[in-house]
Amino acid sequence: MNQGGEGRGKKDKSDISGIVFLISITVLYVLLYLVLPEKTTKALNASGSVFLSIVPVLLLVIFLMGFLNHFLRPKWVRKHLGEGSGAKGWSLAIATGILSHGPIYIWFPVLKDMREHGMGNGLIAAFIYNRAIKLPLLPVMIYYFGLLFVSVLMVLMVAASIVQGLVVERLMDAERMQ
Amino acid sequence: MKGNGMNGNGKKDNPSLGESYFKAVKSFSKALPMLIGVVLLIGLFNAFITKEMIASVFTGNTLGDTFVGALIGSLTAGNPITSYIIGGELLDEGVSLFAVTSFMVAWVTVGTIQLPAEAAILGKRFAVIRNALSFIFAILVSILTVAIMGVIQ
Repeated sequence: MNQGGEGRGKKDKSDISGIVFLISITVLYVLLYLVLPEKTTKALNASGSVFLSIVPVLLLVIFLMGFLNHFLRPKWVRKHLGEGSGAKGWSLAIATGILSHGPIYIWFPVLKDMREHGMGNGLIAAFIYNRAIKLPLLPVMIYYFGLLFVSVLMVLMVAASIVQGLVVERLMDAERMQ
Repeated sequence: MKGNGMNGNGKKDNPSLGESYFKAVKSFSKALPMLIGVVLLIGLFNAFITKEMIASVFTGNTLGDTFVGALIGSLTAGNPITSYIIGGELLDEGVSLFAVTSFMVAWVTVGTIQLPAEAAILGKRFAVIRNALSFIFAILVSILTVAIMGVIQ
């Protein structure tokens, strides 16, 4: 599933890898339960809480994916979020990264769809990096570390996201050239 | 955003809303086993790794602790608030701000636990490059942040 144009065989393999991964984790839980039943039950309860908390975001993500499939045209995505989309593309990736909610792994399918529509790898990396900036949680961080620290850190993280995006783009391009 | 309904090959390029949502649900359901696996791993982490375990790995060497902070942050997962709270407690226990910053930045930017999901959905090469760079940037960002703080204050 690296790029949109990869073969069916590789797609099948990555579809199966999710199931294999889930089975492996389930087996791990069963083994741990045999040794440490209390802690494993606690882990399962914690997972249940995490899952319940992400359900609204999961629904939002499915809604967004359907919306993107219907309304977004590859030409539009390539122009505004493709490689060479310039400052506008970077600004859009950074802003949407900061404003998006929920755990990052929920957003991977959306980003995959966006890439298939023409979004550049660098902007995908920048989006993911900026998800580290959680606006609603900033007051908590300020409480612990102070306004100056948080301000400097946030500016540097946005800058780092751009540098990282550029490096990712370069390295992914190098693979495509080979 | 929408085209004229036909692509360059003369094929219809704007599926109906129903088809779009069917495709979205199908695409998402393929990613679901991986996502559930990641959630279960996060549960294991929450139950088995304590704050005391995290605090015990810092030695007092600033450079080494910055690296260790990024490493521990990379291996952990969960709500960022948890990393702020642990970070605040680590500071109180005398761990350097360099180490605490790299720990918190890596916590939210490096995803070792969700790496299998990222690799399966976005590609192995992309996931490895992005996470490796995020690890390096966690260290660089922490050094720069504390250095800039030192200059400003």
